[in-house]
Amino acid sequence: MKKRPSSVLRLSSPFGAWGQRFAFIFLIAVAFALMLLSRADSDFAERARTSVSDFFSPVLSLFASPVESVGDVIQEVRDMAGLRAENVALRAENQRLLAWQARAQQLEAENAALRELNNFAANPGVSQITARVIADGSNAFVRSLLVQAGTHDGVVKGQAAVTGRGLVGRVTAVGERASRVLLVTDINSRIPVQLQRSRERAVMAGDNSSYPTLVYLSPESDIKVGDHVVTSGHGGVFPKGLPVGVVISAKDGQIRIRPNFDWSRIEYLRLIDYELPGILGRPIEAKPEAGR
Amino acid sequence: MRGGDTQQVDAVAQITPTVLIVILIAVSQIPLQIPNAGPVFPDIILIAVYYWAVYRPDLLPFWIVFLIGLLQDLLSGDALGVSSLVFLAVYGAVVAQRRFFISRSFMMVWAGFIVVAGGVVILSWALHGLILGRAVHMGPAVFQYLTSIAAYPLLAWLFTQTQRLVLK
Repeated sequence: MKKRPSSVLRLSSPFGAWGQRFAFIFLIAVAFALMLLSRADSDFAERARTSVSDFFSPVLSLFASPVESVGDVIQEVRDMAGLRAENVALRAENQRLLAWQARAQQLEAENAALRELNNFAANPGVSQITARVIADGSNAFVRSLLVQAGTHDGVVKGQAAVTGRGLVGRVTAVGERASRVLLVTDINSRIPVQLQRSRERAVMAGDNSSYPTLVYLSPESDIKVGDHVVTSGHGGVFPKGLPVGVVISAKDGQIRIRPNFDWSRIEYLRLIDYELPGILGRPIEAKPEAGR
Repeated sequence: MRGGDTQQVDAVAQITPTVLIVILIAVSQIPLQIPNAGPVFPDIILIAVYYWAVYRPDLLPFWIVFLIGLLQDLLSGDALGVSSLVFLAVYGAVVAQRRFFISRSFMMVWAGFIVVAGGVVILSWALHGLILGRAVHMGPAVFQYLTSIAAYPLLAWLFTQTQRLVLK
């Protein structure tokens, strides 16, 4: 306990020396410079980010595991409780889907016949990578996730990240073992989309709220609440027709979309990309245990 | 405790806040599978930086604060330097007002946090606006401010226990 007095002395004036004070101001300036630099030269920032994410991915993966297990247990208990009700609902849904299946088969046949008439070239297939979500980097100003898959697994910048229900975001940075997915709600997110009913094109822009807006729409566009929004496939590697969300408000020229994705099933994401058919037509797994 | 023992305890004490905060950064990155949990989850790193700046700034030098901010930005995908700048501002403000904080009651330090964290909301909002060149939605930041204030007592208690356990 001899040390106490000296440390208290140091405590009372941590910036006592001019050198300390200068160093403090210098670091503030460095932080400010970094901020402006990472804005102008995002390539440098991106490389720094991917290497740090790569380095920390095993630790983050470890931290994510208990939450996943707890989530699984809760899900299982919930599933047990709702088994009977779910069974009834599924039977009803099955009936409905069978009707749709018949309709789809009919349309498919019709489609094939019409394509043959037109010499239509089919869309290239898509390849998929299943990746585990290991970190949620979201804060008050950023919406992003880190997934455990990288160049090793065939992840490429720009790929679409989806869950069963629809688009979650887009891959913005790829490391060797980890990649960053920018969510559609992030303020930097811009996704070319199309309204399913009116076939009108627009861009869905995140604005740091939970509901992204539609921009670059023509003024006389006809949009109603409840309209479904899908990716348009324009200007990028995004496949066409991925479900994105539903219009939840359309007034004063501001149209807001509720994204489709299901937060409780965001343990795994599928990263999808165009791929010529026959080369890698089947889904590939990022990690062997990721295929649950 | 004398001699070598004291030195050992000192070495542990020196790194405790840093190690604790790095662990908290990993914790804050856990994907919670709750809708929009990220933006409203309390800013536990800010709470930690504030706490150690108030009680033991000697164990959390400002260059560590800078690196913590940088790590936070690199992992969250935020613009680099923003968190460093915010944390350094918090640290500088608290250390400059040490005479106010030292030997004050818990309630006063908590009140201090409410003021400082309010400043952080405005500062980080302004910095993000500067980077993007347009105004950013402030809602999530304000919500996070409230959850952080609510979480402060629990985390402060945890840090006090750590302090008692390790720093003696």
